[in-house]
Parts: sequence; C-alpha cells; structure tokens
Amino acid sequence: MTSLPLLTLMIVVPVVGAVVVAALPAASARLARPVALGVSLVTLALAVLAWVGFDSGSTELFQLTETYAWIPQFGVSYALGVDGIALALIVMAAILTPVCLLAAWNDVPEAESGRLKRYFALMLVLEAFMVGVFAATDVFLFYVFFEAMLIPVYFLIGMYGGPRRQYAAMKFLLFSLAGGLIMLVSVIAVYFAGPGGENGFLVENLIGNVEGSTGALRWMFVGFFIAFAVKAPMWPVHTWLPDAATEARPATAVLLVGVLDKVGTYGMIRFCLQLFPEASQWATPVVLTLAVISVVYGALLAIGQTDMMRLIAFTSISHFGFIVLGIFALTSVGGAGSTLYMVNHGFSTAGLFLIAGFLVTRHGSKRIPDYGGWQRVTPVLAGTFLVAGLSSLALPGLSSFVSEFLVLQGTFMRYKVAAVIAAFGIVLAALYILLMYQKVMTGPKPVFADGAAPADLSLRERWVVAPIILSFVVLGFYPKPVLDVINPAVDKTMQIVGVSDPAATASGSAK
Amino acid sequence: MIPAAMPSEFQAVTVDYLAIAPMLIVVGGALIGVIVEAFAPRERRHTVQVWLTTTTLLVALAVLAVWSRDHMAVTLGGSIAVDGVALFLQGTLLALSVLGVLVMAERFGGVGSDAFTPMGASTPGSTQESVATRAGYATSEVFPLTLFAVVGMMIFVSANDLITMFVGLEVLSLPLYIMTGLARRRRLLSQEAALKYFLLGAFSSAFFLFGAALLYGYSGSTDLKELSRAITTSTGDLDALLLPGVVLVLVGLLFKVGAVPFHSWTPDAYQGAPTPVTGFMAACTKLAAFGAILRLTYVGVGANRWDWQLGVVAVAILTMVVGAVLSVTQTDVKRLLAYSSVAHAGFILVGVLAFSQAAIGGVMFYLLAYGAMTIAAFAIVTMVRQDGSEASHLSQWAGLGRRHPVVAGSFAFLLLAFAGIPLTSGFTAKFAAFAPAVESGTTGVVMVVVGVLASAVTAFVYVRLIVLMYFTEPVEGVVALTPSIPSTVAITVGLAVTLIAGVAPTWVLQLAGNASQFLL
Repeated sequence: MTSLPLLTLMIVVPVVGAVVVAALPAASARLARPVALGVSLVTLALAVLAWVGFDSGSTELFQLTETYAWIPQFGVSYALGVDGIALALIVMAAILTPVCLLAAWNDVPEAESGRLKRYFALMLVLEAFMVGVFAATDVFLFYVFFEAMLIPVYFLIGMYGGPRRQYAAMKFLLFSLAGGLIMLVSVIAVYFAGPGGENGFLVENLIGNVEGSTGALRWMFVGFFIAFAVKAPMWPVHTWLPDAATEARPATAVLLVGVLDKVGTYGMIRFCLQLFPEASQWATPVVLTLAVISVVYGALLAIGQTDMMRLIAFTSISHFGFIVLGIFALTSVGGAGSTLYMVNHGFSTAGLFLIAGFLVTRHGSKRIPDYGGWQRVTPVLAGTFLVAGLSSLALPGLSSFVSEFLVLQGTFMRYKVAAVIAAFGIVLAALYILLMYQKVMTGPKPVFADGAAPADLSLRERWVVAPIILSFVVLGFYPKPVLDVINPAVDKTMQIVGVSDPAATASGSAK
Repeated sequence: MIPAAMPSEFQAVTVDYLAIAPMLIVVGGALIGVIVEAFAPRERRHTVQVWLTTTTLLVALAVLAVWSRDHMAVTLGGSIAVDGVALFLQGTLLALSVLGVLVMAERFGGVGSDAFTPMGASTPGSTQESVATRAGYATSEVFPLTLFAVVGMMIFVSANDLITMFVGLEVLSLPLYIMTGLARRRRLLSQEAALKYFLLGAFSSAFFLFGAALLYGYSGSTDLKELSRAITTSTGDLDALLLPGVVLVLVGLLFKVGAVPFHSWTPDAYQGAPTPVTGFMAACTKLAAFGAILRLTYVGVGANRWDWQLGVVAVAILTMVVGAVLSVTQTDVKRLLAYSSVAHAGFILVGVLAFSQAAIGGVMFYLLAYGAMTIAAFAIVTMVRQDGSEASHLSQWAGLGRRHPVVAGSFAFLLLAFAGIPLTSGFTAKFAAFAPAVESGTTGVVMVVVGVLASAVTAFVYVRLIVLMYFTEPVEGVVALTPSIPSTVAITVGLAVTLIAGVAPTWVLQLAGNASQFLL
C-alpha cells in the first residue's frame, strides 16, 4: 500500500492536463497531442502503481480508499476506492486512453488549432471521469461522474463526428440522461432506505443496510437497472449505440463502447447486485431473457450490416449480452467471466474500431461493399484486423475465449437453456467477423483510380495496434493475474447476494 | 368561530425596528429615488439612480446580515414574522435584486438604460417618441420602481397575516406591471405584455382577496397563526368556508409563480418585458411568491392539508409536464426560458409539498440557485444583437459559439445548470428539493419520477440550444455586445454562484438548513 492518493491523482492529472492542453497558445497548438499523450502516460503509470499496491488477498471491501465529507447535509462524501473489478476496469481505461490518443493523432487537421486543442482536452477530461466513475464508492459521487461524463462524450461526438453527428450525439445524450435521471430517483430513495447520516451514501455503509418493503426495494433496483441497461446497452434500449459508434471518430467510439459502456455492467454488479440482493434474484429471469435476446439479436443484426462501424457496434451489443448473462447467472464463475470479459471486450473492440478506422482513413468509406482484396494492399493492417476479429469471435488462445467460456460455464451451472441459446451467439460471431473479413480483405487486388495504392500501417499506427494485440495474447494464455485480482471481489459480491455456486455434479441439487 | 370582541381601548403595536430595518431602508431608498427623479439633472440621473439603488440594496443586505439576523421576531402586531425563512429569503432577494439592477443599468454606450424606452407614455413609433430619444430622455424611474417591488417582495415573504400578504402582493406587482411595458424595442409587444400581465394579475389578486375573506369568515382572523389554531380546534360549523378559502388564496399565489393552469401570462410577459426586467421578475417574483406559499401552507393552512394537498400535487405535475413539453416547441429564447421557468416552478412545488423542515431548506436553496442562474441567463440574452435589437429568435443564436466563445460558453453552462447536470447548482438544487419529496412517501416519489422525466425533456431543449450555438454555421450580423462593468459583474456573480453551489454547496445548504424554521 502506498500513502499517495493514487485514485484522486488519476482524476486530477488528466483534468490538469486537459486545462493545460486547452490553454496552449494557438501558435503551439501542435503540442496539444504530445502533451495529452504524456499526461495519459503519467496516468497509466499511476494506474500501474495502483495495480502494484493492490493486495488481492485483502479482506477489505475497498482498497486505496480516500474519504472526505463533501456535502454532509445530503450524506454525500467524496469517497474513492477500488475492489478488483473496479481496478481492472480503471487499468483498462488507463491503457486504452493513450492508445486512443495515438490513434486520434490526425483526426483533426493541424490548421484548426482551436479544434485540435479542444479535441485532445475533451479526451483527457473523459479519462478523468472514467477513472472517477469506476473509483467512486459513494453512490452520489458515482451518479455525479455518471452524468458529468456525458458532456465530454457529447461534444466529442457532436463536434468531431461524421455527417449525422448531431443526431447521434443528441440521441446518445437523451438516452443516457433519461436513464440517469430515473436512476436519480433510486439514488435518493436508497439514501432514505439506508442508514442515512453524513456518510449515508457510502457503498460500504449501504451494503446490507438498505431496508424497506420488498416492493420498494424492487422499484429501486429497477431504477438503477434501467440506467445501466441503457448504458450497457441491452436490447431494447440499445438503439443509440450503433448511431453513436458510427458517427463518432474511431478513438471516441473505443472510449465510448470499450470503456464508458462498461459503467453499465459494472454498475449492475456494484449497485444492482450488492445493494439489492433480493430484488436481483427476483429480476433474474427477465434480465437473463433480455441478455439472451441481446446476444442473438446483436449478432444477427451485425451479420446484416454494410457499415463497418455499425457492424462492430452490433457485435458489442451481442457481447454485452454475454456480460450481463454472466453477471445475473449469480455464480462466481459467471461473475469472474463477465468481469474479465469487460476488460477483454474493451481491448478487442478497440482493435476492431481502431483498425477499421485506419482502413476508413485510407479509403474514405465505411461501407463494406466498397472494399475487397485489401490484404494484398495493406497486409499488416489486414493481419491485425483478422487477429482483432478472431479475438472478438472468441478463438481459443485469444483473450475473449477465456471470458466467454467462463460466462457460459457459469451460466450453464444454473440456467442451462439460457447458456445453450447464448452459445449460438458464438457461432454467429464467427459468421459476422469472418464474413466482414472476407468481403473487405480477400478477393482480387483492388484497382485505385489514381494508381497510388494506400500505404500499410505507419509506425504510429503499429504502436496503436501493438498493445492491443499483446493484450489478446497475454490475457488469452495467462489470464491468471487479472483473475486473481477479480476473483475475491466477485466472491464477495456473491456472498453479499447470498448465493453459492450450485454443486458441480449433474444432479442439480441446488436450484 | 366568532370574532373576538373589540379591544376596549386602542393598543399601539410594538415594532421591532431592527427586525424590519432592511425593509425600511429599501422603502427609504425608493422614496429618495423618487425625489432624485424630480430634482436631479437629466444627464446625471441614470448614474445617480444606479448608485442609489445598489447602495440601498447593499446596505439593507448588510443590515440584515449583521443586525436583523439576531432579532428574529414576530412583530407589527403579528403581521410580520422575521424568522429564519424570512431572513434567508429577504437576504437572497436583496442579493438577487442587486444583480438585477446591475443588469438593468446596462447602457451599451447610450444615454439611459439600453433596455428601457426613453418615454413610456409616448405612442410607439410616434414623433413624440423620437423627440424624446433625441432629447436624451431616459426612464430612470425604473430604479425606484424596482426598489418598491423589492419592498413588496420582502413583505410578501415575511407576511404572517393575509392582509399584509395582500399588501405585499400588490406592492410587488404594480411596479412590475409598469416595468413590463417599458421595453425600448418592440414597444407594442411590451405594452401588450404589460396589459396582459396586469389584467391577469388583477384577476388573481381578486382570487386571493376573496379567499382571504372566506378564511377570515372561517377563523375570525387574518393572522396565519390564528387560522392554523382555528383549523385544529374547529367545531365543524364553518368548515364549508375553509376549503374554498384555501383554494382561492392558493390560486392567487400559484398565479405569481406561474404554475399551470395559471401560467398563461408567463410566456407573454417574459417575452414582452425588457429583458433585464424579465430576469428580475423570473428570479425575484418567483422567490417571493414561493416564500409566501411556504409560509401560508406550512404556518397557516398546513393543518388541513389532506383536504387540498392532492389538488396542489396535480398542479405540480401539470406544471412540470406542460412547462417541459411546451418548451420544446418554442422558437424564441425568452419564451423558451419562460416555459422552462414554468417547469422549474413545478420542481419547486414538488419540494414544497414534502412538508418537512428539510423541504423548506431545499426549496430555499433552489430559489437562490435558480434566481442566480436566471438573472445571468437573461443578462446574456440582452447582449446578443442583430441590427441593434435583441436577437431573441433561436435561429439567430446559431453558431454563436464560433464567434463569441465566452458568451456562448457562459450561456451553455447556465443551460446545463437549468437542465440539472451535476456539478452545477441546478443539480444540487433539484436534489435538495426532490430528496425530501422522496422521503415523504409515495405521492412524493410519483411527483419526483414525473419531475425527472420532465427534466429529461427540458434537457433536450437546452441541449438543442447548445447544439445550435456550437454545431451550426453562424448567422451573419448577429453579434454579442460587450457588456459594461456592472452587468459583467452581475453575470460573473451569477455564474460563480451556479458553479459554487454545484461543486461546494455545503455552506449555502448549511445556511438554508439552519434558516428553515418558521417562527410561530
């Protein structure tokens, strides 16, 4: 353990960085990019320190905690802390941010100095909020981060996105805001159902102490769940995601789908399960059904897409279905699988979005039919795209396989039908990924009008792709370090919910 | 109940002068203002009035903060209650009025206030008007009028007696009717707004008065405390008078806050009035009227609230829904803010209906936060011009963020606060008003759910305006004038309050919480 307030630093450093970047004089606006990258690397270093300082054997609910009174009249504290789940997600965010900044290097022309500075400043602000939302151990503080981070994303999509960016940004904002405001009612209600007082919003004070009639608790659960289902996103409140992901720049899309949407699934574990154990079990059948629908629906729609970014967005809806399935299977295997999946999905989506983005910058089109035979032109790009795709379809040996397997195993222990249907999602995943690869990359060598074939991945782009591919392989072959951090937290969650894994025998003694 | 027998001899009431000193100072300032209007040379009048008015308000505020605070008392024969709630609201009123006056003083390089016509009595477009303009006339009488309105508001929030409350209502309303009709540009719209506001206002005053008469018939007193006592000890003889009386009085008050279905004056008056007056009206009238509603419902007729509460719940829900939904279709920024103020009135009502001490604190915090952001927002509206007149149509705001990043950024921040995004005062205020409502029971929760859904709708409206300012191509000829120091100060203070009350609201919440006790 270190005495440094690491989590606060991980929020403050990007914010200060953002202010510095935004305040750069117009003449030196080019510096915005290296400064932003440097700041995000410092944050990454802090995240590594946090990872090192984290003791996975500890019995504490949260580590690296910092608690200060903020608005005592409301029972609100500025309280940060992490368990294994939050830590894994924060480290993922800290790795993905520099990767995305590097990928976004040329998104805004250097000539537009103001826009360039604001773009990178907004990304840094977003990173700060991402750390904050995962590290908050006060329900109110969590809500504040949850809502506040909509603003930078909104501007990132609305100011820097594609042709229908305003529509997409507005849709994103309205869906998230509506979900969040419904959650606000539950947030207020939780306080009055809990122990109250000046620290009444602290998660550790609330766990096990939220009391009320069964009906009231179930309503509160529903309030939280709707917000998280919109964020995750689950069918039928997923419709904002394809629009947002397509219109946003690839780097923004990665942070949005890869990291921000994890707030939804993370929130389900942290708030839905831990605060409302009874209501969670009550809601399980409905949630599992929605999750299975998301898995199959997302995959089927992905197959039918002609826009690459939309396709990737729909694959994410399918994958989020898996994550929710694992969470609400209420087994420790499923929970661990889901948490690992959140991390893996972040990287594999990043791979797909960013490499597809590189492709789009070369050819200027997102439509799959406009491509064909590109592996003959840009072999490295095609190869890395294939690896990212294979990771996404859960090829054994790559990271997603481990987590998807754990999710299905954990689900099968208790809900066999759901697991079996969801398993079809894997088959469909092979279809949409390989079909896309086939249409884009294979076939006769394309002819370019001006005769100049596009260049393969540049050095910068290779640096973007390298850490992502590395994560596929490392987490695919040796997920133990991450699982070691995650497992105690998942076990604790299952304890709080009050379920134990069914016996591994086929007799089905436990329900 | 039979009215008490007439006292045998005249008894002079005791007056705690320190408790009411702030009100007396403002009256004094207003009267001096009238004299200045008569004797000061025309070219110096504007400056003198602005200094006089702001000094009066600041002195009153200082006296309130230093002396009156320790002199909480029910005084003037029980008709004025200077208690925590009254002091907090009066203090907030004085502070907001200072900001309002600073915005009204904006000249943009002209002779008199830019927002006000040089001569209110002249026919719009007549030679008389242009002569008045050329002669450098200015309606600097708006400043004493403002002071009179502030006095009325201060009486309104501390009135412990229905008659006094009515006096406060009229003293605050009459100057506002006049000020509404004094816009320099779009004179006809302004006069129409003033007439509409006056007629409907007079109508609602009549409602109030009739209700007060019925309540007097019921309890034999206009004193709120007596009224409350009469309700609890009622023998049931005159109960038929009680409910109609309460309803009529409430109608009169709900009119002033712009609650649906008594809101129809709001968009017209807000649009037609000179923009600084709109800001002042939106912030201060709303605050004063909610102060009166709080006192009436908590001190006076709270005892039989089960009879009328459901009706007010319906009004609150309607107010939120209608305010939010109608704001979607607005194309004028002032009308948009008017409908948003209707929705906000609904949110505040949700807090009022929680009937707890926390609710009083929450409502007072909301009023302060809303007032500060409203005055700043309308001050910014005055600055955005096309061809010299205010560019209040939404299409004229397109692309403002490109040309004037600071102005548009400030306005966007205020819009986010109106929408209730965290880290702005709007969110803290909403939380402060909604939390007691959730605690109060199922009805409260239902209202809060409607409230958050309405917030989502209004958020759409505000964000659409932000989109317009930032993501669209600028309109030719629309400029944001550079404000003078006074209105810059007002806007800065408004923004600062909005930020501080969002990020570190502890101190203000503490103040509001400590003050949330009525003196009986």
